[in-house]
Amino acid sequence: MKPGGIFALAAILLAVIAGLAPVVVIGLSEGLMRADPYLFRVIRFTLLQAALSTIISILLAIPIARALARQRFPGRFLIVRLFMLPLALPAIVAILGIVTVYGAGGWLGGAFDLYGLAGILIAHVFFNAPLSARLILSRLETIPPESFRLGANLGFHGAQVFRLIEWPQIRPALAGIATLIFLLCTASFAVVLTLGGGPQATTLEVAIYQALRFDFDPARATALALVQVAICCALALYAGRFTGLTLGAPPLRRTQIRYDGTAPLSRIGDALILLASLAIVLPPIVAVVMSGMAGLRLDRDLIPAMLTSLGLAGSAAILAACLAWPLAAPRFATLGNLATLGAYIIPPAVLATGWFILLSRYSGTNALAPVLVIALNALMALPFAYGVLAPAVAEAGSRHDRLCAGLGIAGFNRFRLIDLPALKRPLTLALVMAGIVSLGDLTAITLFGTQDFVTLPSLIYRQMGSYRMEQAAATSLVLALFAFVLITVTESLGTRDDPA
Amino acid sequence: MIRLERVRFLYEDMEMEFSLDVERGSFVAVTGPSGAGKSTLLALIAGFETQVSGSIHLDTRDMADVPPEQRPVSMIFQDHNTFSHLDLWKNVALGISPGLRLDKTQRARVDEAMSLAGLGELKHRLPGEISGGERQRVAIARALVRDRPILLLDEAFASLGPALRRDMLDLVKTLHKDRGLTVLMVSHQPEDARYAAGQVAFVHQGRILALRPTLKFFTARDIPEIADYLGDWSAAR
Repeated sequence: MKPGGIFALAAILLAVIAGLAPVVVIGLSEGLMRADPYLFRVIRFTLLQAALSTIISILLAIPIARALARQRFPGRFLIVRLFMLPLALPAIVAILGIVTVYGAGGWLGGAFDLYGLAGILIAHVFFNAPLSARLILSRLETIPPESFRLGANLGFHGAQVFRLIEWPQIRPALAGIATLIFLLCTASFAVVLTLGGGPQATTLEVAIYQALRFDFDPARATALALVQVAICCALALYAGRFTGLTLGAPPLRRTQIRYDGTAPLSRIGDALILLASLAIVLPPIVAVVMSGMAGLRLDRDLIPAMLTSLGLAGSAAILAACLAWPLAAPRFATLGNLATLGAYIIPPAVLATGWFILLSRYSGTNALAPVLVIALNALMALPFAYGVLAPAVAEAGSRHDRLCAGLGIAGFNRFRLIDLPALKRPLTLALVMAGIVSLGDLTAITLFGTQDFVTLPSLIYRQMGSYRMEQAAATSLVLALFAFVLITVTESLGTRDDPA
Repeated sequence: MIRLERVRFLYEDMEMEFSLDVERGSFVAVTGPSGAGKSTLLALIAGFETQVSGSIHLDTRDMADVPPEQRPVSMIFQDHNTFSHLDLWKNVALGISPGLRLDKTQRARVDEAMSLAGLGELKHRLPGEISGGERQRVAIARALVRDRPILLLDEAFASLGPALRRDMLDLVKTLHKDRGLTVLMVSHQPEDARYAAGQVAFVHQGRILALRPTLKFFTARDIPEIADYLGDWSAAR
């Protein structure tokens, strides 16, 4: 392995061990297995909300993806792009939009209690139904056009096209998509922190934070953290079986010409499905924009938080790309996968807990807070950066390796003259995707943030906590705009290489 | 009979216009440079693409607004002719019933077609378990049970080796002869056209420049585009 790869691997391992070791040591010394009813309640709720969120998201996503796959209409592209927004929208911004629409005194007049399982499910479905629809749509668009032509030639009607052509294509990916959604919901932090209704509606990730921040009970945090690691580890290893599963947004191919779904009833059905999907995605986004515009003024906290957010996101993105690049070489695919998987399966709250415990014994975390947030955000963004870079590095390698070897181009010269120019686009994409993850993160900043060290998400959280909803909306709008710019860049970079 | 009258089609910035008359029971090879519009021509006949203007008549019937499944056409592509999760028998049976509900007589027809295509022993295999040539046989067997008078082959055997390709052409030639099928075969291989087809249609930049007997196509040098396309091919043989 090259020195860069060794360094990246060592850095990731060190960060993970430094996070896990203190948690395990304290847990063991203070009686780890205090399996009290609270622990079981938290585990049960974590799994229940994740399972329900996954099932609802996928059940909604299949007809949505199918309607998008078979209908052509003006604005279709906008809907597909809109479905990317929840993925990029910082959780806290979306939550504010959801509260504005569904909360007490909201657009729907507080039709039901948002704080608890219902609110968590609404938020998770808002995030994950569009993501699932997008993943399923990308599967549907890989079906060779000949299959639809054959179906048309043989006279398949809509249900037969689904059963014989679409379902066989969707089915193999469904377990992977479901596992990914389940994993995201299991590790969900901001949604449960803000919409969870106390001990009855708390997940492991939030319970760890509460045990540390409010109860200062490291033993309980340890037990919770280890259960969280075990669950995420099992899920991530299971998800790893499904190759081709993309974190983030898979590029879409050129839309297929379809011969089914042309009957008036099919068109009406698909239109209703798409309208329903817009009813899920659009209102919270519109709510953020409208309330944000109404309350937009230059708050004295806004500019510093914005600069801090941009600085942290930029640094974390660069760090994530620097770690991902050397690991992306195909020869080290297994190690690279394991390293990024490590960063993925160890929940951020657990890593932060370990670092917090470790550093609080020696000096304190305040001075190092920015470094810790950058490091944690970089680790969280690593799977995304690696997911973009690894295939591009492999492809560039297959094109250039022999030629470079023959010409004796190696080391920094190869990086400067060959790899960097060839991989400029995926590298930018990796940086932007890592930046999106970091920009919207609430986990690291909640654990390490202070009165003077505030990012946009933590400022929104603080403003919501003190019921300054107008200011929270304005801050959310600013954050959403940054996310929108970044996701637009991602979209254009991701689709430029598509086969025409 | 296949009749295309000034069939106009726009593909990106390329304008195509096809006029063609093919007698019932003919075997026509469609050839020409890449991107000339050969596959588009077949797609228009099969109903996968819709012309901007002009008319297509198949067996004297105007095909305007006739959906692909109601056209008297079976089509075989280069790839993706089978459904990978269904066994070969079911893949063939789909040619009779898209819902796979077959009576006794229809089942017998499927069995017979599979035997004719040389797939009798492979009925319960999945497409992933057989060779590329056998997969194309499945498509031919399905075309047999569909019993449509026109067979369109869109580079159907292009990915097969010379010997297998020859086997497939023999099979198609037999069907053409025994069942009186009209065959339009897109192919880049002059050998295939010369071996199987009675006529060759030459497509160039979205136009059919010539439809002539195979021997004349390979020997005459009166059309510069055809001469350029063939080079010294026919002279070398």
